[in-house]
Amino acid sequence: MAVELDNGQCRLRPFSCELGLLSRPDGSATFLQGDTSVLAGLYGPAEAKVSKELPDRAALEVLLRPKVGLPGVLERSREQLLRQTCEAVILGVLHPRTAISLVLQVLSDAGSLLSCCLNAACMALLDAGLPLNALFCGVTCALQPDGTILLDPTARQEQEARAILTFAIASNERKVLMTTTKGSCSVEEMQQCLAAAQRAATTIFQFYRDSVRRRYSKS
Amino acid sequence: GSITTADGSALVKLGNTTVICGVKAELAAPAVDSANKGYIVPNVELPSLCAERFRSGPPGEEAQAASQFIADVIENSQMIVKEDLCIANGKLAWVLYCDIICLDYDGNLLDASVFALLAALKNVQLPLVTINEETGLSEVNLKQKNSLIIRKHPVATSFAIFDDTLLIVDPTAEEEDLATGTVTIVTDEEGRLCSVHKPGGSPLTGAKFQDCITRAITRHKEVKKLIDKVIKSLTPK
Repeated sequence: MAVELDNGQCRLRPFSCELGLLSRPDGSATFLQGDTSVLAGLYGPAEAKVSKELPDRAALEVLLRPKVGLPGVLERSREQLLRQTCEAVILGVLHPRTAISLVLQVLSDAGSLLSCCLNAACMALLDAGLPLNALFCGVTCALQPDGTILLDPTARQEQEARAILTFAIASNERKVLMTTTKGSCSVEEMQQCLAAAQRAATTIFQFYRDSVRRRYSKS
Repeated sequence: GSITTADGSALVKLGNTTVICGVKAELAAPAVDSANKGYIVPNVELPSLCAERFRSGPPGEEAQAASQFIADVIENSQMIVKEDLCIANGKLAWVLYCDIICLDYDGNLLDASVFALLAALKNVQLPLVTINEETGLSEVNLKQKNSLIIRKHPVATSFAIFDDTLLIVDPTAEEEDLATGTVTIVTDEEGRLCSVHKPGGSPLTGAKFQDCITRAITRHKEVKKLIDKVIKSLTPK
């Protein structure tokens, strides 16, 4: 399903999502934002290696594979962001001494890659049926040199922007789960971007609902 | 100036957390697509000496994520402009290898690393390099040394979050282990945010964020005063 979302003054690119397309993982999803697309596969809860298991909760592992080349320091840092975001929403205490593996493959990158990864991860968690205490979505804001805020920027807009802020917003009261910034901005600008991201999150969560409803109404 | 063999160095202790940063400068040809830019290569190492949970071997996720964070801070804050590191357009530029090594890990690694990096860069003395017009070779003049031009002074402030009610500044390792999330805010002297780094963890409301930011800005002033005092005490009279 492709949806064109208009959020007042800030436009989001057309979204599209497909759930359960891979047969081996317990949950899989592919998420498209404009031309950026990420495929996520989730395995779990499964048996953990003794060295990695945690006695009271599930151990989550995230692997992010770039489109070309081997994973480097940037992928590791993004894996850490994704892992800690997912750990905050997954009810790991219901599955102690198990391992949950989330593997993300970048299919194409045309801007807002990290938020596309976050959205794909959340959809994969939903498809696998893991217990969550909230949903989350990723929104990228670009601050242009003249001060205007652009949501979901393309690669070109990201290059021209003087700051790019990525937020992971939770579905309960639109609280902020994860933030990462590139470039410098003033405090007011950050608050404005945060408010815009929280508004966009409402539309994204509605999109999640519609995708899941569509998937289960067919089967 | 703790390491005599490095071009610049600094040792920082935040409570029990001890971080040392050494900067080595080498010469290299600049990249083809940015012929007037030098390179800054930060690397954060967490050797097994600093805490029992770090094993020896390839760098773990925490070390790599910290290296990426430091690289982002340098880039975002523009504390060193890469064009300043260029000696001759397209031919020669400086490469600054910044090695940040944790000697004792008691929490709040990111704050200490940023602080150590800033102090070490202020301590760097680069010799003057000229290109001889006739031979085309570079000549290094070790007698004449200049400091680096540092445009901004970013300072990081970390908070540990406990279940979205409590925020603790400058957490120790014990507090970090028990915390449900962390936030690191890097500000520069104009009150601009160079980086807001919240890698997952419990959700925070916008109001709490604003609290953290105001506290980070006050902390910046205190830290800047300390750095200036130390640098002044080092310069030979």
